[in-house]
Amino acid sequence: MLTFIAQRLVQLVPTLFFVSLIIFSLQQLLPGDPALVMAGEERDPAVIEQIRRQYRLDQPLPVQYVYWVKGVLTGDLGESMRIKEKVLDLILEKLPVTIQLACMAIVIALAIGVGAGILSAVKKDTAWDYGANAFALWGISTPNFWLGIMLIFLFSVKLGWLPASGYVRLTDDWRASLASTIMPAFVLGNAIAAILMRHTRSAMLQVLESDYIRTARAKGLLERTVIFKHAMRNALTPVITLGALEFGTLLSGAVLTEQIFTIPGFGKMIVDAVFNRDYAVVQGVVLVTATTYIVLNLLADIAYILVNPRLRS
Amino acid sequence: MADAVLPVSAASAQAEAGESPAARALRRLLRRRGAIVGLVVLALFIAAAVLAPLIAPYDPYAQTWTAVRRAPSAGHWFGTDDVGRDVLTRVIYGARASLMAGIVSVGIAVAIGVPLGIVAGYLGGFVDAVLGRITDAMLACPFLILAIALAAFLGPSLRNAMIAIGITTTPILLRLTRGQVMAVKVEDYIEAARAVGNPRWRIAIFHILPNILPALLVQGTLSVAAAIIAEAALSFLGLGQQPPAPSWGSMLNSAQRFLVNAPWMAIWPGLAIFLTVLSLNLLGDGLRDALDPHRR
Repeated sequence: MLTFIAQRLVQLVPTLFFVSLIIFSLQQLLPGDPALVMAGEERDPAVIEQIRRQYRLDQPLPVQYVYWVKGVLTGDLGESMRIKEKVLDLILEKLPVTIQLACMAIVIALAIGVGAGILSAVKKDTAWDYGANAFALWGISTPNFWLGIMLIFLFSVKLGWLPASGYVRLTDDWRASLASTIMPAFVLGNAIAAILMRHTRSAMLQVLESDYIRTARAKGLLERTVIFKHAMRNALTPVITLGALEFGTLLSGAVLTEQIFTIPGFGKMIVDAVFNRDYAVVQGVVLVTATTYIVLNLLADIAYILVNPRLRS
Repeated sequence: MADAVLPVSAASAQAEAGESPAARALRRLLRRRGAIVGLVVLALFIAAAVLAPLIAPYDPYAQTWTAVRRAPSAGHWFGTDDVGRDVLTRVIYGARASLMAGIVSVGIAVAIGVPLGIVAGYLGGFVDAVLGRITDAMLACPFLILAIALAAFLGPSLRNAMIAIGITTTPILLRLTRGQVMAVKVEDYIEAARAVGNPRWRIAIFHILPNILPALLVQGTLSVAAAIIAEAALSFLGLGQQPPAPSWGSMLNSAQRFLVNAPWMAIWPGLAIFLTVLSLNLLGDGLRDALDPHRR
């Protein structure tokens, strides 16, 4: 077990190296003199010179890279060109909003996705099964920004039940906070529910065919007990770990949903940064999401082994 | 069991049935209702994109200030937008940007990912290790966030959006190709091809590639669907097709401001994206079942 974790940690080093290389090279895609592009509207030679010095643009690329990585490793992701704040501080400030949204989305996704998956597996080849499959197909085919717009149209414009945009902090007023995040959380959760449903269905079908389930049924156990106590436990382990890998989908989705519902989170920050040509922020966001994904991936692998005794040793 | 694993004996079985593998796959694909629906809807959208100038009722750029935000009517089936352009016309022309983005970006990903995947899977060793870590690194960045970052640094345009989506799709195809090649290269018929003295490149192109095509075809179809959503998302954010050129994503972007009094501006382009992506997903699922030797 420990050797496995150690092995995985060693493997992380080259991956993280390439992640940093990719994010660093984004800068090289900027057309023309990067200092001029980063300065944007600013034409003051002193400012441009300062940018050139800050990013060490006058030095060779490998040197620039080493300084950049050094900064990253000490928590210095650079400074926002526009609001003159540390990128890391900006990210930490926006993160709680997106985490709230993401947690709500995951709860929704698990409730709908796992529920529909179990239902369709247990009632295979019935109307329930077809309905659940149609739902999954709908979920993966609907662009979530369109779904968001349509929900606003229905629940805010037509019915007037929920606010169309804006965000209230959970600590300020939890009811208003939930009202302001329930639609975006549903939009986010919907796409993942579809994926979880498909995973749950196939895992459940496989488990239901296994010998121990036949034994449990032969013993005369209630079908309910067989499904919820015996089958579900084994079927859901891979589903949960696969769910952890949907973190990327969640963040990609957050970019669009936060934009549509004007929620000041992590996703909206990257879009705003793109339009303000705030490249350090864009790089910082990609770096933080990629690192989080890699860590989550590792934790999911470890969790999978922990809950699956056959893989231990 | 044996016929599922060994394409050689599968091939002799087909010869008896007098049917080529492609013909059999097509026959099995056409047995699936979902796949047929997908094919038909997709064909309609392709026809709309190709024949846009012939079938669109109006000029996609013509602004009519006397007919701004008109509700759907006999004259404008899908209504008009905030500057009086016909929404149906722009949905028809928008199919061009979406379908082109889907095909071109997946084309880029195939052109880079498949050869590299074959090299990684066939050669193994150091090349494979390096390509594997680069793939890991790219897959660690969420698809849309990486595409947004790339599009942001390259500058907003449809061309750059297609490049960004193509690059972000590449690791998915690279990894799939590598895995398929590794599974195929230990087969006896590859060993036989090597034994009669075929050079490596010849084995890769004529013996390995044909055997991994089914998996690539399925993933390619699903990737086109994902790329179309991604292009619409980038255009929606203002990083793809630039206005006034018609695209479904940018139409949704401007529609958002007029939800209260012109909801049709948002309904039709979104429905178009949904139907195109749905048909590709149906086709992809159908192809998977039709091409999978284990599901006879």
